[in-house]
Amino acid sequence: MKIVIIDYGAGNIQSIKFAIKRLGFTAELSNDPEVIKAADKVIFPGVGEASSAMQKLKATGLHKIVPELKQPVLGICLGMQLMCNYTAEGDTDGLGIFDVSVKRFTNTVKVPQIGWNTIEKLDSVLFKDIKEQEYVYLVHSYYAPIHETTVARSYYELEYSTALQKDNFYGTQFHPEKSSTVGAQILNNFLSL
Amino acid sequence: MITKRIIPCLDIKNGRTVKGVNFVALRDAGDPVELAALYAKTGADELVFLDISATEERRKTLADLVLRVAEKVNIPFTVGGGISSIEDVAILLQNGADKVSINSSAVKRPVLINELVAKFGSQCITVAIDAKQIDGQWKVHLVGGKVATDLDLFDWAKEVEERGAGEILFTSMDHDGTKNGFANKALAQLTRTVNIPIIASGGAGNITHFADTFKEGNADAALAASVFHFKEIEIPVLKNELQKQGIAMRLV
Repeated sequence: MKIVIIDYGAGNIQSIKFAIKRLGFTAELSNDPEVIKAADKVIFPGVGEASSAMQKLKATGLHKIVPELKQPVLGICLGMQLMCNYTAEGDTDGLGIFDVSVKRFTNTVKVPQIGWNTIEKLDSVLFKDIKEQEYVYLVHSYYAPIHETTVARSYYELEYSTALQKDNFYGTQFHPEKSSTVGAQILNNFLSL
Repeated sequence: MITKRIIPCLDIKNGRTVKGVNFVALRDAGDPVELAALYAKTGADELVFLDISATEERRKTLADLVLRVAEKVNIPFTVGGGISSIEDVAILLQNGADKVSINSSAVKRPVLINELVAKFGSQCITVAIDAKQIDGQWKVHLVGGKVATDLDLFDWAKEVEERGAGEILFTSMDHDGTKNGFANKALAQLTRTVNIPIIASGGAGNITHFADTFKEGNADAALAASVFHFKEIEIPVLKNELQKQGIAMRLV
């Protein structure tokens, strides 16, 4: 199986690579559209600030490639947010895969949310063998509201989307690569698609 | 519901754990990677590695260690100690650290916080603050508490937040090593002062101390070293007891 992590200079790619290695697979980093298109599974990572990450994506032309992909694609954290229509962070237009606008938590709660939170109303093959209310690791200031592609929810200030799915596109707000054995199972479910 | 976090801290010198550790389960108690993996398995929510090496090779040794930890450990970890530049942070994050913590370098040049946040994002920049009381006033200290500054703890915490840090790791030098409990009054005032998560550090001696720092200090996370390393408190026992007391915990 050929797993490609999109390399556009944004994020904690090493941890994802190692998490995949712990599952017995090897992932390749690439920003080459042909390599990405030919992969069996594509991972779209992202850590940092949205507008600069989007600029990097545009600079490589990958913003046009990602929405056209036909194989399973997993966006993680900021990767998931950039797959949405828009994010309030840096007033940034996203890739428009998920029809939702990403908002910021208000200061009625501590921002960023850092730590382990439960996921529930699980509604995707991504969560095969995962129980309701399992814990995942999150670190974020912006969130995708609940909408028709929501496949997992968490509560922080309000109920929001911790995972999205539309066709072959999957997104997790949490970091499966840092979410202990639960995260490993979710990552394995994605790689088994 | 988000849980409170339990964070073992490993002091590192030249790529090895410093404080003696007493684990029969480990082949090599001085190997930070083995110890970290054991903590992850027994339910630690996060780990902090604090590097106290003073050699010229320290940057490379620490970067290598981070890579080895990231390979084996499936929970988040923070790295601190002697970090003073964008280049220092870049290599640690690139090798798999989730967050870095900066301390003296931020006091000496506060704009470093803004620079790191602009480059890497708030979520991975923790500012560690060591403080102790002088004439009833909490003053920020440097070099592990040896050098006093005129900075007020709460003013500095506010500034750290305004400059974009994602989290504060507050160590009370008055409590550190005493095993008499955390600095809960100062912690409670800190949580009223800023709106970013606070990690409490210094003073953990028993399970009640952890419960108190979450209930009275409103800390988001509690960090400790020796009580875990010497197995005076076992993480599963601690988390079960805190959960019983109504404090949200991730039980494994």
